Amino acid sequence: MADSSKFRLNGSEVAVTSAADTPLLYVLSDELKLQGPRFGCGLAQCGSCSVLVDGVELRSCVTPLSAVAGKTVTTLEGLPALHAASKGLAKVPEYTPLQQALIDTQAIQCGFCTNGIQIKATELLSKNPAPSEQDIRTAMNGHLCRCGTYPKIIAAIQQAARSMGGKA
Amino acid sequence: MNTVTLNRRTLLKAGGTLVISFPLLPALAQTRTPAAGPPDARQIDSWIAINSDNTATVYLGFVELGQGCSTALLQVAAEELDLAMTQVSTVRHDTNITPNQGGTYSSAAMHRGAPQVQRAAAEARQALLALAAQRLQLPVDRLRVENGIVSGRGDDNASVTYGELIGDKQFKLAFTGTAPLKDPATYKLVTKPLPRNDIPLKAKGSYAFMQHQRLPGMLHGRIVRPRGQGAYKDGVQIVSVDAASIAGIAGAKVLRQGNFLGVVAPREWDAVRAAQQLKVQWRQPANLPGNADLFKRMQASAPDDRVARDEGDLAAIKTAAVTSEFTGYGPYQAHVPFAPNCALADVKGDGALVLCSSQDIYNTRTNVSALLGLKPEQVRVQYHDGAGTFGHSCWDDVAQAAALMSQLCGAPVRVQFMRWDEHGWDTYGPAHLGKVKASATADGKLLTYEYHGWQHHWALIETTEQSGKGTAAAEWPAMSAMQINPLVLGGQYKIPNIKLVNHHVPGVDYLKGAWLRSPLDLAMAFASEQAIDDLAFKLGRDAYEFRLQNMVDEHWIGVLQAAAKAANWQARPSAKNLSKAEVVTGRGIGLGTHLASWGGAVAEVEVNRKTGMVRVLHIAGAIDAGRVVNPSNVENQLIGQLTQAASRMLHEEVTFNTTNVTSLDWSTYPILRFAEAPRITPVIVQRIQDEPLGAGEEVMAAAAAAIANAFFDATGKRMDRFPFTPERVLATLG
Repeated sequence: MADSSKFRLNGSEVAVTSAADTPLLYVLSDELKLQGPRFGCGLAQCGSCSVLVDGVELRSCVTPLSAVAGKTVTTLEGLPALHAASKGLAKVPEYTPLQQALIDTQAIQCGFCTNGIQIKATELLSKNPAPSEQDIRTAMNGHLCRCGTYPKIIAAIQQAARSMGGKA
Repeated sequence: MNTVTLNRRTLLKAGGTLVISFPLLPALAQTRTPAAGPPDARQIDSWIAINSDNTATVYLGFVELGQGCSTALLQVAAEELDLAMTQVSTVRHDTNITPNQGGTYSSAAMHRGAPQVQRAAAEARQALLALAAQRLQLPVDRLRVENGIVSGRGDDNASVTYGELIGDKQFKLAFTGTAPLKDPATYKLVTKPLPRNDIPLKAKGSYAFMQHQRLPGMLHGRIVRPRGQGAYKDGVQIVSVDAASIAGIAGAKVLRQGNFLGVVAPREWDAVRAAQQLKVQWRQPANLPGNADLFKRMQASAPDDRVARDEGDLAAIKTAAVTSEFTGYGPYQAHVPFAPNCALADVKGDGALVLCSSQDIYNTRTNVSALLGLKPEQVRVQYHDGAGTFGHSCWDDVAQAAALMSQLCGAPVRVQFMRWDEHGWDTYGPAHLGKVKASATADGKLLTYEYHGWQHHWALIETTEQSGKGTAAAEWPAMSAMQINPLVLGGQYKIPNIKLVNHHVPGVDYLKGAWLRSPLDLAMAFASEQAIDDLAFKLGRDAYEFRLQNMVDEHWIGVLQAAAKAANWQARPSAKNLSKAEVVTGRGIGLGTHLASWGGAVAEVEVNRKTGMVRVLHIAGAIDAGRVVNPSNVENQLIGQLTQAASRMLHEEVTFNTTNVTSLDWSTYPILRFAEAPRITPVIVQRIQDEPLGAGEEVMAAAAAAIANAFFDATGKRMDRFPFTPERVLATLG
């Protein structure tokens, strides 16, 4: 059985001291000081705390630390490296194609929800490189944006898909 | 953009005031030492500093809320200073550093803020040119400036930079506001859709939000209150607290002052657990009307009436060809930022540092210092962005809670409101009841208009102060944004006989209120613009043409036409040849604003007559906000406010029973999601020669009305209350 205090985070092994039943969010933000996953509701309703666990989007606010023992966790901070690895790039880019698209389309207002938006969209694009608008709306529906930036986020995900070679 | 994470070691005591060094800032610290503000707004140095590297630091009083004002205000400054955008930057809002321009509300950042920044920059440039004239031995009118390099016209070998002239030194110059401004026709930066300077860091996740701030030795705090507020006057009432109930959580401690209750712990999750496990018995009086009796009680309350407008004679209605009477009900709605508010405070005996997301740091300094028993100048308040807040959410309450808890435990305390704290203890956008009676002549001229509106004011005392100090609940004195709005209530039209009456309801008997993006306007336009629409319907006229015939103001006409054009409006009477299909569609139009600017909208909706589900398919929204400094920012503001207007019309309602609020999360207070997000067509009516006005909220009322009128066009029935829940829709369809 894997040691509950160890898991792989953004390409490195980490060992933490939080109790095994501590929600992963607090391990990442309080103990490991990451800024990507962030508290939004604590109820798995909004997507603010989302991370990828073995490539699957997961709400870290309701996931105990013990559930990710021995697994691979990727946060917003790790997305450029994940992109580089998935595309076999020699160098980790400053921005992922999705981040570049969000910047190009100015698809961020307050920017707080972008963590979960990017995590979920990364999962979507890994499974479906050329999502239709409806695919995007359906996949993203569990993520809230109080600023109401939805139309621009949809456009940014489409732009990212195109720039990564997917044909929507 | 400087994002500063405070380090305990950089905190120094100086004359009883906490001083923080900003290692990331320009060399400006050499010329200005942080001191209890506000800096003197009548001095140029309070607004602008020229650095030796030929850049400028601009001190702004308006905060970045994701609306892009920090970029747009720098555009204004760079334009007047003849600098490139890469040569201007700003600093964190801080009561020891930045000027007091008033709060960032009422869409005031550009309306009030831009002219101040523009005039300060123009005056600084004038002073710099005078220095350059002396240095270059040329008359001022022979000088030209580009990117902060002053040179002689046609004689480029003689030049000097701003940095060389005054870098790192102060102007020591009175700000008179008299320097000539550039001709808008020559603008190079203003009116350009420049990208926001905060977005790349936000996209990467390296932008430090309020929620990311930490201080060494800091404890994590949580407030402990009943789930959901009761009547404002009742506040929080503790019967008993069983501190032993959290004895099992290492390091967790109960903090109490009066009826204010909180817990702290070194680890965040322990503080969360302690707040949930702490056994408390509350007294919760049943003094609320509950949703069911809300409007009945509001209308029955002791009258405190004011006539807001009274022209002509309503008796003219006797000669009207058509009349329309309509009562509209708007619910309490919540700010509920995507992330609940957070604050971090370090209170010492003779000074306090408060990091928070206040939209008005000087006002927060006043109320926090009163709570702590300190003088305002002993308290330093810094702004750090949280999630988009759209008005007065819990940022003052959480700042007070962090300050009080730090004072009680003698350590820095970071308080993060939980989702139920933010949803349940918000100062909500107040409910509104509107009764309108309007009439028109046979040839389609508006003849009479009468409106009565009921609502209460905003909460003046935060719950932390109310519970911790025993201060009685109190409402703000009357101000325009908390009463009926003549601009929205018939102000769009030429109406010879008009009377508007404001009925103030005593707010301490209800939920806490405050300004929520376009306060009251959605509910007012919802009632008023449906009555106008009804007159057009009864005359068999097209809703757009009927409005246009009754308008004289070029601004209103401009946004009406722009919205109609963007939506490809086809003239026809509404709600004719109604479809019997299960899913029907309709289009509607509306006009409205908040305190300035002009908004027009056309909405297309889809109604499922079997399930009662309503979907907004498309909104075209047009704004005239005078000179739009950054059209990209305003486009985003239009997308956001129109989407939020759809959310508020379809989904959002604070629910409560007689003792407390029951909408405490995203499941009990749903908002619009990706799957149903409408297509948005934002339209800007650019008026480059006019002064800038607000653009953050002024098309929401028009959109609310357009959605309601589109529902009528689709179904032939009028909704008299929002949000349009399936139950209400089915009841209305009959």
